[in-house]
Amino acid sequence: MSETDAAWIETALTSARPQAVGALLRYFRDLDTAEEAFQNASLRALKTWPQNGPPRDPAAWLIMVGRNVAIDEVRRSRKQQPLPEDDQAISDLDDAEGALAERLDGSHYRDDILRLMFICCHPELPATQQIALALRIVSGLTVKQIARAFLVSEAAMEQRITRAKARIADADVPFEAPGAIERSERLAGVAAMIYLIFNEGYSASGDTAAIRKPLCEEAIRLARLLLRLFQSEPEIMGLTALLLLQHARSEARFAPDGSLILLEDQDRSRWSRNMIAEGLALIDKAMRHRRTGPYQIQAAIAALHARAATPEETDWAQIDLLYGALELAQPSPVVTLNRAVAASKVRGPEAALAMIEPLAPKLANYFHFYGVRGAFLMQLGRNDEARVAFDRAIALANTSAEAAHIRMHIDRLIRDSQPKEKGKGENKGNKGAKAR
Amino acid sequence: MLYAILCYHDEDFVGSWSKEQDEAVMKKLAVVQDKLTSQGRLGPVARLLPTTAAATLRKEDPPLVIDGPYAETKEQLLGFYIVDCKNLDDALDVARELGSANPGGAYEVRPVGVFRPGGNLT
Repeated sequence: MSETDAAWIETALTSARPQAVGALLRYFRDLDTAEEAFQNASLRALKTWPQNGPPRDPAAWLIMVGRNVAIDEVRRSRKQQPLPEDDQAISDLDDAEGALAERLDGSHYRDDILRLMFICCHPELPATQQIALALRIVSGLTVKQIARAFLVSEAAMEQRITRAKARIADADVPFEAPGAIERSERLAGVAAMIYLIFNEGYSASGDTAAIRKPLCEEAIRLARLLLRLFQSEPEIMGLTALLLLQHARSEARFAPDGSLILLEDQDRSRWSRNMIAEGLALIDKAMRHRRTGPYQIQAAIAALHARAATPEETDWAQIDLLYGALELAQPSPVVTLNRAVAASKVRGPEAALAMIEPLAPKLANYFHFYGVRGAFLMQLGRNDEARVAFDRAIALANTSAEAAHIRMHIDRLIRDSQPKEKGKGENKGNKGAKAR
Repeated sequence: MLYAILCYHDEDFVGSWSKEQDEAVMKKLAVVQDKLTSQGRLGPVARLLPTTAAATLRKEDPPLVIDGPYAETKEQLLGFYIVDCKNLDDALDVARELGSANPGGAYEVRPVGVFRPGGNLT
């Protein structure tokens, strides 16, 4: 393995891609032209790097070559006559490359990458198209790879991406350097998109988790990249921390048969210590800014789980408080539902049940609502009502793993057909609460 | 003489390694490290978390804390080795050997002035 290895060059191209395509997009103001220019530059790289070794600054090299090739093509088509082979010009590039690219892009690259990510978040694009487009354009995954991760055919994915591109081609893409308010709006949009990519991978069921894992890894890569561009943004620290802390558990989340293992049953020795360390370091840094936000709060909750060596050591009171803060920052019935789970550990199932009753109209078709409700009722010994809730949950389950999990509860109900009064702190029946 | 071998590389690039690529590099590096250990020449080794996890304290009055690494550079300090070497040539040989296991980037080879191994950390 050396730097001139094909796999190694691929990695260099992947890591240079956001910056290079972003700069080419600013230059050509057209996504297809920018992508094509990058593609052509990559082909040259595959041809020349194995002989000459990679350039010191691959992104700058790709931007220069991409620009030159595209400009030549425009000229060629205008003059209708072929130009001489210009490999010579390109091999001279190395000397000038650094200084030139610096002048061209040094001050722009932050906004270039942000713009590139931002155009994928166009509000007219449905979430699935946003994610597919970002993975194609920003990450440079092939249509085949994306189709595989989404579990759809290559043709269907091709169509989805083409449609998304057509939509943004008509839209106004802002090419001026953004002002402070605009920049922070873009940042928020991009953060949400990265979170979507992560969730697309994270919400996979056991049998597809391995296939979809690259989505989680790619989201983390993009979040780190964004954070490197905007080092002092506490919400971007929070986002990156949240993704790392959740992904740290990925090896422990599924049993060999593909069934979901809940947080409190997971083998915590299989959690990735490295990812947890990085996540905790980031949330630590973010908190210093005292500008809280939903990603930071969610990361702080994930951090409390990560810090607990055993489920019993989980600081539920603090988690309850954090969900309370999240309810204020981002009110949603799902947040209240999660808070009720924490509340049940602190104040008991009766109080928790009272918290979620008002949510019934809004969450009438939400699997987790009935799973949680059933678990609270079971803890209270109201087994008949619990059974009704669990049956409803199974009807609403999104994956076979979810349904199987609820069935486990029902089996337990049948086994413990004698209703028992369960005390506070004995949370065996509460497992439907957090399917994480 | 003790030398610090400081590892610089583009962390976007290193962060784009697949798990397999990362493991392959670590395995190759371990061979070099094991050899140095068996010769009794290897001191502390550290691989640092990404610079996004870093904070910098500028010793102004009052001290100023900023997010991120000390310097914004194209290549970042990603880790270091402390190795006992006869002289600069010897240290450069070690760096070369590490470099063939982990291509790309640069090693800064720098003699150590004061060294306190600590020893109560694991």
